[in-house]
Amino acid sequence: MVVGMTMETFLQQLINGLSVGSLYALIAIGYTMVYGILRLINFAHGDIFMMAAYFTYFGIAVFFLPWYVTFIITIGLTMLLGVTIERVAYRPLRDAPKTSLLISAIGVSFLLENVATYLFSGKPQAFPEFPLMTTPFFIGGLSFQPVSIVIPIVAFILMSALLFIINKTKIGMAMRAVAVDYDTAKLMGIKINGVISSTFAIGSALAAVGAILWCMKYPSVLPLMGVVPGLKCFIAAVIGGIGNVKGAVLGGLILGFSEVLMVAFFPALTGYRDAIAFVILIIILLFLPNGLLGKKQVEKV
Amino acid sequence: MKETQNSIGAYLKLHWKTAVFLVVLLIGIGLADIFVDSYMRRLLNLCAIYVIVSLAMNLVNGFTGQFSLGQAGFMAIGAYTVAVFTVPIESRAAIFYLEPMAPFLANIQLPFIVALILGGLASVVVAFFIGSPCLRLRGDYLAIATLGFSEIIRIVFTNTQSITNGALGIKSIPTISSLWWTYGTALLIIIATVLLINSTYGRAFKSIREDEIAAEAMGVGLFKTKMTSFLIGAFFTGIGGGLFAALLGTVDPKQFYFTLTYNFLLIIVLGGMGSISGTIIASFVVTLGQEALRFLDEPMAFGLDLPIFRPGLRMVVFSFLLMVIVLFYRKGLMGTNELTWDFIAQKYRSIKKKLSGKKTSTEGGGN
Amino acid sequence: MSLLRTENVIMQFGGVVAVNDLNIDIKKGELAALIGPNGAGKTTAFNVITGVYTPTSGKVLFTPTDKNGATTEIDITGKKPDKITGMGVARTFQNIRLFKELTVLENVLVATHLNADYSFLSAMLRAPKARKGERQAKMDCEFLLERLGLIDLKNEKASSLPYGQQRHLEIARALATKPQLLLLDEPAAGMNPQETDELTDLIFKLKTDFDLTIFMIEHHMDLVMEISDHIYVLDFGCTIAKGTPDEVQNNPKVIEAYLGVDADVED
Repeated sequence: MVVGMTMETFLQQLINGLSVGSLYALIAIGYTMVYGILRLINFAHGDIFMMAAYFTYFGIAVFFLPWYVTFIITIGLTMLLGVTIERVAYRPLRDAPKTSLLISAIGVSFLLENVATYLFSGKPQAFPEFPLMTTPFFIGGLSFQPVSIVIPIVAFILMSALLFIINKTKIGMAMRAVAVDYDTAKLMGIKINGVISSTFAIGSALAAVGAILWCMKYPSVLPLMGVVPGLKCFIAAVIGGIGNVKGAVLGGLILGFSEVLMVAFFPALTGYRDAIAFVILIIILLFLPNGLLGKKQVEKV
Repeated sequence: MKETQNSIGAYLKLHWKTAVFLVVLLIGIGLADIFVDSYMRRLLNLCAIYVIVSLAMNLVNGFTGQFSLGQAGFMAIGAYTVAVFTVPIESRAAIFYLEPMAPFLANIQLPFIVALILGGLASVVVAFFIGSPCLRLRGDYLAIATLGFSEIIRIVFTNTQSITNGALGIKSIPTISSLWWTYGTALLIIIATVLLINSTYGRAFKSIREDEIAAEAMGVGLFKTKMTSFLIGAFFTGIGGGLFAALLGTVDPKQFYFTLTYNFLLIIVLGGMGSISGTIIASFVVTLGQEALRFLDEPMAFGLDLPIFRPGLRMVVFSFLLMVIVLFYRKGLMGTNELTWDFIAQKYRSIKKKLSGKKTSTEGGGN
Repeated sequence: MSLLRTENVIMQFGGVVAVNDLNIDIKKGELAALIGPNGAGKTTAFNVITGVYTPTSGKVLFTPTDKNGATTEIDITGKKPDKITGMGVARTFQNIRLFKELTVLENVLVATHLNADYSFLSAMLRAPKARKGERQAKMDCEFLLERLGLIDLKNEKASSLPYGQQRHLEIARALATKPQLLLLDEPAAGMNPQETDELTDLIFKLKTDFDLTIFMIEHHMDLVMEISDHIYVLDFGCTIAKGTPDEVQNNPKVIEAYLGVDADVED
């Protein structure tokens, strides 16, 4: 079964899986946090990720800004975009039927994709290479791209920071309260709007970092680049247990490893790489509908 | 026999307006079929196909309250089934030049109508496998799973070279150009849907949309009922896809990108989630509107080189429209109402009242 | 003969025990009541019986009479709500759960779905069987609406009815499932004394006319004491008393539970 797989290439694939999985995890967190609080699949999240990639592209390749300035601007603009979307498209529908909210999310996603196609053209734009990140280095006969190591490290730092925010700070406590019981939290005087805005800001910031790292690994941007990663990362969140941040990270890593290793072990299936997430989704829904770390939901009657 | 005649007579007496309307409609289609040019014919055919698929989507999303986004995928299945089974055997070698068609299929050619129904059934089978895990759970996993399925099916069709000819697609599918195929099918599906919605099944669908817990307590089996709706929807969508393939004469994976689904979503939202007549009206409005707004994509639209008119603007307008409807006119054109004679009479009266303050008599009848 | 029994039913949510060791035994043809202060676990008990929740432990047993008059005790613990309804247990909801956008008649018609004997295909083709079934269902439902005084409102949207009539509609809808056991969750909530009196009469009549056994959660003590054969008293999930109205009324535990916890519950 294993076709020409040496220990070296296997290790390389593991590192690769870890970096792909970390990217998925960064995006999946945004889905899981929004779902936890609003019970909404934020279809636009993948497109927020796409816009972040364009912000980075414009900063570096069009306006030739220094990379650190670009990164700060990208993260800022993406947070602003996420918060604005919630403000304009989701908040007015908070008391509307859930279907309307879902359609609004799809509408925003579709609008962002079309606006991006209109403004930046549907053609992929090459992202300037980051020699520092892509020049391979060798350890004992193994070649690594620095970016594959940097991604998991950055992701790990950010996720630890996020867990700190959620578990130890006041706003984090408010977020958890709103996620557990929206109405009671409201009665307790928690400023729901502020909590929801911060959730979108945090989720978007992580997606922005994900986009920056993504572009270093896969140096090209296009208007529909957020669609498939978006779907996959929502699935990652479901695998881990929707609403659970650690679960989203776990789900992202599982998905990353599965994809990379499947292609490595069965090169014939390379064309089906994007399909594996959905196969996993169906299996999870059949056997573990609450995900790996999720709790069973009890509906009030 | 006499009894049947009597009941038909009674039916006509009650629904004479609808009967007249149907006759006029059929004559209209007949005349259009004779006189319209090929461009208009294609457009009208497309409208009918959009009616079919949107109606199927509304059955699941609007009437049953289950959020399916698999329309592009189910259409692809129907379209490819028609393509594979109706393409003339003699032209297959030329089409499948990269890799010959799989031997078990290479010599099978079916009549269009058989392939069309087979396409619908194939969609049903696939829908069953998606629905089984997703419809058991409360929540919105169906949206993600169906959208994901739409993407997978394209991946699959791109990779199964010897069956679908991969990315090259299948050309030379015998085309249909008569309006009767599409409009005949659309009419049958509309009638079947109206009857279904007004039966105990339709009420069971709506009860699930309104309140799952109460529906279940009243003896409506959630999984079975949702599945029924989902499978009927998939069947109609597959049929719509089959007609689509026969209209264009060619299929390839790119035609069934998930953005196709968003057209239908726009239609049902515009027409009203849970309104059959609204869906039909909106299908024409959106299909013809997309054609009429084509100039938005042309840089030289008004003879001037206006930089705002360039490819992509049309879709921006349409997605913006979707947002405006959802945010400000959530009920769409019809809400959950139907355009019955009563409804028209009521509207007519209220308009007339506004104008003159006069009263008119009440009229019965239904559509 | 017992119609419904529960054996040591425990329902736990996380660390909270909502129902603790519930043992009830409702005889065929009687009217039993479940009372207790707010939050005592009454509605949870109903939800366990009707299959909305699967109990953490214990059994729910139901003994329906079939068409031939034969009876068999069936374990319905954790069965799906629609299956339990199909066997003959119907319910109303404390916080009215009508199908708001549907008409009054449609609301009741939904509840005949489980008895529909024609397929969706014959519905789509309007086959004779489907037409006959539709006609019959409509007649049955109009009869029920007549009985509950809603027939003139049959084409109104359910959400447009006044509160009291919505409660009546809930009862009509439950009756349309052709139940043997009817569970009423606070049918008189929010009604004034006169309406409550009328409802008392109505429940009595329906019970006789439809050959029903009724199990009811209610806060109006006058109503409960007047019409119940047996009363179960819950407090903090535990059954603190059971017996006839007289026995329960004089039970010191019951008096304590009511006076100690929520004095104005008997308003």
